[in-house]
Amino acid sequence: MNAHLAPANALSGSTKLGPVLVVSDLAKTFDDRRILSGLDFALAPGQSTALIGANGSGKSTLLKCLIRLIEPTEGKIEMLGRDVRALAPRDLRAFRAQVGIVWQRHNLVPRLSVLSNVIHGVQSRLSGPRAWFQALAPAEVRAEAMLCLDRVGLADRAVARVDSLSGGQQQRVAIARMLMQRPAFILADEPDASLDPQTGEEVMALLLSLVREKGLSLLMISHRLEHTLEFSDRILGLAQGRIALDLPTADADAAGLRRFFDHEEAS
Amino acid sequence: MTDLPVPPARFSHRSLSEYVAILLVLALVVSSLAATAPALDKLSRGIARLFAPSGMLMQMFPPDFSRIVPISWKLLETLQMAVAGCFLGLLLAIPFAILATDRLSPHPVVRHTARGVIALFRTVPDLVWAIIFIIIVGLGPAAGVMAIMVDKIGFAGRFFAEAMEETDPGPQDAMRAIGASRLGTIVSSVFPACLPSFTATSLFALEKSVRGSAALGLVGAGGIGVDLKVAFDLFNYDEALAIILMMLVLVIAVEQGSGWIRRKLI
Repeated sequence: MNAHLAPANALSGSTKLGPVLVVSDLAKTFDDRRILSGLDFALAPGQSTALIGANGSGKSTLLKCLIRLIEPTEGKIEMLGRDVRALAPRDLRAFRAQVGIVWQRHNLVPRLSVLSNVIHGVQSRLSGPRAWFQALAPAEVRAEAMLCLDRVGLADRAVARVDSLSGGQQQRVAIARMLMQRPAFILADEPDASLDPQTGEEVMALLLSLVREKGLSLLMISHRLEHTLEFSDRILGLAQGRIALDLPTADADAAGLRRFFDHEEAS
Repeated sequence: MTDLPVPPARFSHRSLSEYVAILLVLALVVSSLAATAPALDKLSRGIARLFAPSGMLMQMFPPDFSRIVPISWKLLETLQMAVAGCFLGLLLAIPFAILATDRLSPHPVVRHTARGVIALFRTVPDLVWAIIFIIIVGLGPAAGVMAIMVDKIGFAGRFFAEAMEETDPGPQDAMRAIGASRLGTIVSSVFPACLPSFTATSLFALEKSVRGSAALGLVGAGGIGVDLKVAFDLFNYDEALAIILMMLVLVIAVEQGSGWIRRKLI
């Protein structure tokens, strides 16, 4: 039996520092169809973890369940020391503010400027018109947004309409917006999916450098095996709603991961 | 030599129920025409009377502009009624539209209620609203403004809700994931996406209001309609034509202005 297809050790990767994310017996059912089933794993702080799996294996659903954009059916999620499923709506908003998400489609507001889109990230801690548009934002918020834009190399495009930028630049703006949140944990749902190979590589490198620089934790979905191997410390493989693969990236190779995908797509 | 491909039948086969439906629609159209359309002889006699030397059309020319100053003030009042009623209606249409939108409404009961209110406001004609508001606030432009306002809540509420329904849900999900409030999500991600549609609907609403406000005076709800009715009642057809021509100028000016704004903003 291939080592990569071996049953997962649910808590491998946790450290003595205590995990930032513990998922226990998590399940999600849509109309009697089980998408996630008895999911158990834990993530150590400061790690970049890649979540891989065939289409329909439940990766995006899992990410959305972690911050309750989709409500899980069963199980427990402890993230950043909070029992996520027990959070009341107001606490849930405060919790979500600590979790930055980079989406497959950047999900920016097309007609607004780059700067306004980045300033939206401050809505995690500032409410009202001051956080809606750059023209109304306080000077310190504008300054912080410019720093975030500078970090992703787009400070000179602050006043441009975001839909006038290239796909890679828009993904960078989305990362700047996520930085504006000052997150402690980052979820990334195929941030490289809609980008050409070189731009995808640049975006992934930027994301990982931010994670390393700020000591954040990252859980990312990627279908590109080379990115999985290059930008993660640990790989979790999801199949039929369960963790079917769990190993340090140092022990993984492209051929083994490809066999995992082929096996899952065939089954 | 290969066989030439046979073209498909000109008409697709229809089921019996479809034939019955077509027959019912035809029967409805024919019976409606028979019951309500004017008889041709009556129509031709009426047109002949219209063009007779003592007929209405002949008496309309030349138009009488001797009361141009008071008519202009009334026309301004008509425009003000339209602008005020339209502004209030558009402002109130936004919360109604938010409550009527699937993704933004806090609860299905609220959504259905908001949709019901919008449908009611849209279904009842503005002249009927004017009569209702005359009973409430008395004769004059205030009743007209209220009637236009309610009519515009119905008109714009529906189109605003449809525009918000059709927006890309991605940015809204992103804002929710950031931890933004419901209001923050709506203002910073939904409204910017809907801006072109909101602008177009608002300008059409203004045009509709200007046209509608002229008619509201016929039931006593202020504006130029009162003068038009009086001119017809007193057989001052030349003055009536002057009023109609001035209304036409106003409507064309508003349409041109809103068209210019639409081109600039969208």
